[in-house]
This record gives sequence, structure tokens and C-alpha cells, in this order.
Amino acid sequence: MALLQISEPGLSTAPHQHRLAVGIDLGTTNSLVATVRNGISVVLNDEHGRAMLPSVVRYTADGSVVVGESAQAAQSDDPGNTIVSVKRFMGRGLSDVGDISRLPYRFVETLSTDPVRPHGMVQLRTIAGVKSPVEISAEILKVLRARAEASLGGELVGAVITVPAYFDDAQRQATKDAAQLAGINVLRLLNEPTAAAIAYGLDNASEGVYAVYDLGGGTFDISILRLSRGVFEVLAANGDSALGGDDFDQRIYCWILEKNQLFAPEARDARLLLTLARTAKEQLTEHNETHITAVLSTGVLIDNVLTQAEFEAMSHNLIQRTLQPLRRALRDAKLSVEDVKGVVMVGGATRMPQVQHAVGEFFGQTPLTNLDPDKVVALGAAIQANLLAGNQSRDDWLLLDVIPLSLGLETVGGLAEKIIPRNSTIPTARAQEFTTYKDGQTAMSLHVVQGERELVKDCRSLARFELRGIPPMVAGAARIRVTFQVDADGLLNVAAREMTSGVEAAIVVKPSYGLSDSEITRMLQDSNQHAKDDMQARAMREQETEANQLLEAVQHAVEEDKALLEPAQREHIETQMTALRAALQSADHLIIKRAITALNEATVSFAQARMDKSVTRALSGKKLSDLEFK
Amino acid sequence: MGVSLSEAAAKHVQNFIAKRGHGIGLRIGVRTSGCSGMAYKLEFADVFDEDDLQFDSFGVKVLVDPKSLPYIEGMELDYTREGLNEGFKFNNPNVKDACGCGESFQV
Repeated sequence: MALLQISEPGLSTAPHQHRLAVGIDLGTTNSLVATVRNGISVVLNDEHGRAMLPSVVRYTADGSVVVGESAQAAQSDDPGNTIVSVKRFMGRGLSDVGDISRLPYRFVETLSTDPVRPHGMVQLRTIAGVKSPVEISAEILKVLRARAEASLGGELVGAVITVPAYFDDAQRQATKDAAQLAGINVLRLLNEPTAAAIAYGLDNASEGVYAVYDLGGGTFDISILRLSRGVFEVLAANGDSALGGDDFDQRIYCWILEKNQLFAPEARDARLLLTLARTAKEQLTEHNETHITAVLSTGVLIDNVLTQAEFEAMSHNLIQRTLQPLRRALRDAKLSVEDVKGVVMVGGATRMPQVQHAVGEFFGQTPLTNLDPDKVVALGAAIQANLLAGNQSRDDWLLLDVIPLSLGLETVGGLAEKIIPRNSTIPTARAQEFTTYKDGQTAMSLHVVQGERELVKDCRSLARFELRGIPPMVAGAARIRVTFQVDADGLLNVAAREMTSGVEAAIVVKPSYGLSDSEITRMLQDSNQHAKDDMQARAMREQETEANQLLEAVQHAVEEDKALLEPAQREHIETQMTALRAALQSADHLIIKRAITALNEATVSFAQARMDKSVTRALSGKKLSDLEFK
Repeated sequence: MGVSLSEAAAKHVQNFIAKRGHGIGLRIGVRTSGCSGMAYKLEFADVFDEDDLQFDSFGVKVLVDPKSLPYIEGMELDYTREGLNEGFKFNNPNVKDACGCGESFQV
């Protein structure tokens, strides 16, 4: 019979409906898959007991694909068809890849129809044809999926796949596409540092600020997280998407070339020496020196000794390069090193003693290294996958999502006022006060919109509702507090409350409903492309609104207090009103602004006269003692 | 009689509860669902229910609600490996008929 796992109380699964979910760390150098079993997050090993799958894919002449250890073993014999560190090419064009002369691949540049990214994702020509980074990554994911299904005894409902915090939309989309190609349902992409924080159970730790220092094979990420009441918020993230353990290998590789007076070795030798460089780096974690020996295809014999001190010296500036983003992240979070309560180390490269030493020195404390730095990301992703698959009770939900697009309200003139800015972490709540536009206004229509554009017509309409029963007051006197609240499930609750009378109205909407990632991307791109137009449009609408409001007020005053006006004065005001109406027809907000100023100036003495009159009226027939001075 | 664990199963359960950080034992029961009648329920137990029957097996408290007991009376829970997969296996003498994989059964 099937083998069962222990569920959380009340969450036993129905037969044949096990919610099997995994976390996948799709790394530059190694990839891992983990799952929560019997309440514990564990990395799933292959049949030889190995947790890490080298992220290496080899294409062979007979069309078969080899992934992992055996592909890695073939690196130096067949470098052109053995793809390592494919993650660096995900969602990148040829121009993004950098120095390709050191890489043994035959790159193919593809053209794209997307005007924002004129160069499509770079492709690689192999013996089995042209392959995209998405296809190559999918081969790695297929192996992990097979391993997971064999280990769990059933089909996966989905996976959480981790990505560096600095992956842009194209890189994230490429990762999702690779998963889809591998037949994996992506429950969510999760930033690697966030996954590590979850693995360390930082949500159960004492409150405070934590830094996650993640030096992986190909990427460096630093995240500053704040924990409060069991929820953690990303205060700042920084990093370098082209710095990692591979660069340390490269330093040793260059050192070997220099030591042996080698110039531009052929691809096979280059690959062999890089592999030796990596082994040497790993050796130096536990030993003070290491031997590097090889025979190259040219017959040249390599026999060198590399000491820890030499390695430290040659990699010193790489480590310094990680400290710069660290300082920036702290500055963005408006924090100093003293505010950081703990430092979490993630990524195999943090095993290097000189890295731990430098980070410890920077923060003035010993970094946390008690979990295997290679596994923490996968373990955290598995915990998140387990939650998303519904294997945890709701109380334990901890969502570290952000709002993809700003949420706001329509204000007078068709302008979108943003209340919760994009990238805010949820759950979140923000409130803002609004007021009435007209005298005696007793109702207010609230239009909830989503998007980055300045005009409501360019944003996405989410919901409309009305606040009724506002006591009649002069324009601008009512205080209407509008609260936007997004809960952990992404549900938006908008409530409006008139503060003096207490009348209120509210509505619930699901903001991301029906929006695909590509639509979100498009909306963001639109807002960037139209930033300038939008600014103009906003200025125009603001001036139009002010002009109409002023015209209405002056018109009303002139009709009510004709008697206070000299004929010449009245004529002057009317001339300026006509001028302002004409200015409104122009498309220039500065012309409207000048006309508004002119009309305002024309009415100064009239306004004074009206004020005197109303004061006299208010005071007439009253004794001084009746008046309250506040 | 009652319900028992194999020594291997008990060791694993103790380990899982320790790593989970809380829990008083294991809850075993049956539910009416699945393709062939009944299905097993295997959960961590955080609280005793008033009616719970309790069995101790190699130091692990096993809680069973009285309505489930007739279906699993005399059952032994074992922990085994099958290839890469590993997990708990129910050896239930009451089962007369089960679906292909044995996840749901009839008595």
C-alpha cells in the first residue's frame, strides 16, 4: 500500500490527493529539491544519497541529455556541449552576458519582436541543435521533479522555485517558463534570501533586524529583514548579479595560468583547469594549502601548491565587492551595523573562512552558519511550498508577498492617487484623508484603481463604491479617512469613514485577480514609457480642477453679493473669468495657472468685502459676552 | 489489543515530534472517504479529546477516537522504505477489501 506521512492536526489528505509540494533551489552551480515530510523540511537525495545536483547539462550526438554529476564529469572532454552555470543566461540577451570570449559556447543571438528588449534571450548551439537557457534549465528541473516524485510516491501539485532577489521580470519569467517546460506547476517564485530566512525559522526568532548574506555560485544578494510580531518585512535588498563562487574559481584559474605561463588554453584545458580551481577552493576551506596537478592536452604538466594566505590575497577584492552592496542596503534601510541583530550566511561560498571572517568583522558579530549553507534556500522554499499547497493550518500562514502594482483612488479630475505603493510587503494598511469638493456635498464616490499611471483611464479599475450620509459642510471641511488594507491572502479591503459624523462604507476586492505576470510587466513598462506624458497630464488635470472650482466659487459669490461690487470692479472680474475659461481651452497648464492667478488677484478686494459683511452679520445683535473665543 | 506501533515507527514518530517542537503524540483514525470506503487519518496530536482512547507504544502516545477504533483494532503501524520513498504503512487485520494502492479500504 501507499506509504503515508503524518499530517498536521485536522489536515489529513484524502486518499490519492496528497498535496505533494516541493521547494526547488535552481542554483547557478548546484540545484536541490526539498520537501516537508512529517512536519520537517528535508532535502531529497538521489539514489546515491547525494543532495546536490550539479546544474550542468550535456547534449550528446545521439540526442540524449545528461544532467548532473556525469555531465559535469564530461566538462573538460566536451566543453562546447556541456552547459554549466546556465542560470547566468536566463532571460538575458547576448549583450547582457558580458565577456563571452572566456566561455566555450557557441552563442546564437536571436532577435525579438519586443521593442523594450530588442535582443531576445541568448541561445546556445549544441551538437543536438540550438538550445535556449529555458530549455537547458528545464532539463535540470525535470531531473529534480523525477527525484521528488520517486521520493514522495506521487505526482507533485506544485513547487516553489527560488530566484535571486535581483532577477528582473524577464529572468523570472524565464524561470517560470523552464518549470512549465519541465511539467512543474509553479506555486510561487521566492527570493532566495527570503527562503533562507524561512529555513532559519527567523519568524520564530526574537524580534529585530537580520541580514541575509547570500554568496552563491553566481550571484550575491544581501537582504535586510525586520521581524516584528512573527512577520518579517524586507527593509532593503541589494547585491551583485554577477558575483559568486565562480569568480573565486576564476581567480585561482587565472593564478594557475600565470604561474605556468599559459595563454588562452584550448576549451578542453580551460574547462579542466576551472574544475581544478574549484576543487582547490573547496580544499582550502579546511586545509591551509592544496596541490593542483594536471596534464594538459599540450603535454604541459601543471604542479602547483596554493596556500590559504595566497588565496585570501587574490580573492580579497572579491570579498570587498560584497561589502559595497551591504553598505548600500543598510543605508537604504536607514540602519547602521549596530542595528543588525543577526547575520545569516547562505550559499556554498560562505564556507570560505575569509568570507566568514570579513562578514563577521563588518557586522562586529559571528555570523550564523549552523544550517548547511548549500541547503537552506531549498529547505525554506519547501516550507513555503508546503504552506501554499495547503498542508499547514491557516494560523501559520506567513506570506512574504509584495503588491505588484500600486493601489489607489480616483480623485477629482480623473487623477489616480496612490495609497499603497507597489512593492509594499503584505499584509499592509495605509490611510489617507480626503475631503469634499463642493459645498453641501453629502455623498462621495470612491473608485479603487490599480496601476502606476497618473490618469485613472490608464489604470485598471478594481471597484467602485459610495460613501453616503456626509453631513452638509462647505467644500473642504469634511474629513474622510480612507483606509486601504491588504491582508495576507492579497485581499484588499477599502474603507471610507467621515470623521466628524462617523458614517462609513467599505468594499473588498482581490487586486491581483485576473492579472497575469505579463500584464503586470506591461503595465509597469507602460508607466515607465509614459512617465513624462503622465506628469504633464497630471499637471493639466490639477490646473483644470482648480480653475473650475474657482470659476464656480466666483460665479456663486458674484450672484450672491452683486451689491458689494462697483460696476468697474465687476467688469474686471468678469473679464478675468472669461480669460480663464479661454485658457482652459488651451492645452498648456501654465497658461491656465496664470489665468487662475489673475482671477484670484481680481477678486481680492471683493473677497475682503464679503468677509467683512459676513462677520458683521454674525456679530450683529450679539453682546460681547455671547461670543466664545477659542 | 488496541493499536500499536512497530519499534521503527515509534522511533521515527518521536524524532518527528521532537523536530516539530511540539505535540503530545500521534492521532490515528479513519474517515469515510476515498474510492473504496474508508481512509486512514494520520496526524500529529496537540491536544487530548475527552473521548480519546490512548495506547502507549515504545514511548509514543497513540490517540484514537472511539468511533475509529473498530476499524483499526489490532492494527500495527510500521515505517518502511520503498526505493527513494519512505513512510508509514498500516498493517490492519480488519481490511477485507482495499483499492489498488491500499489507501482506502473496506472492512
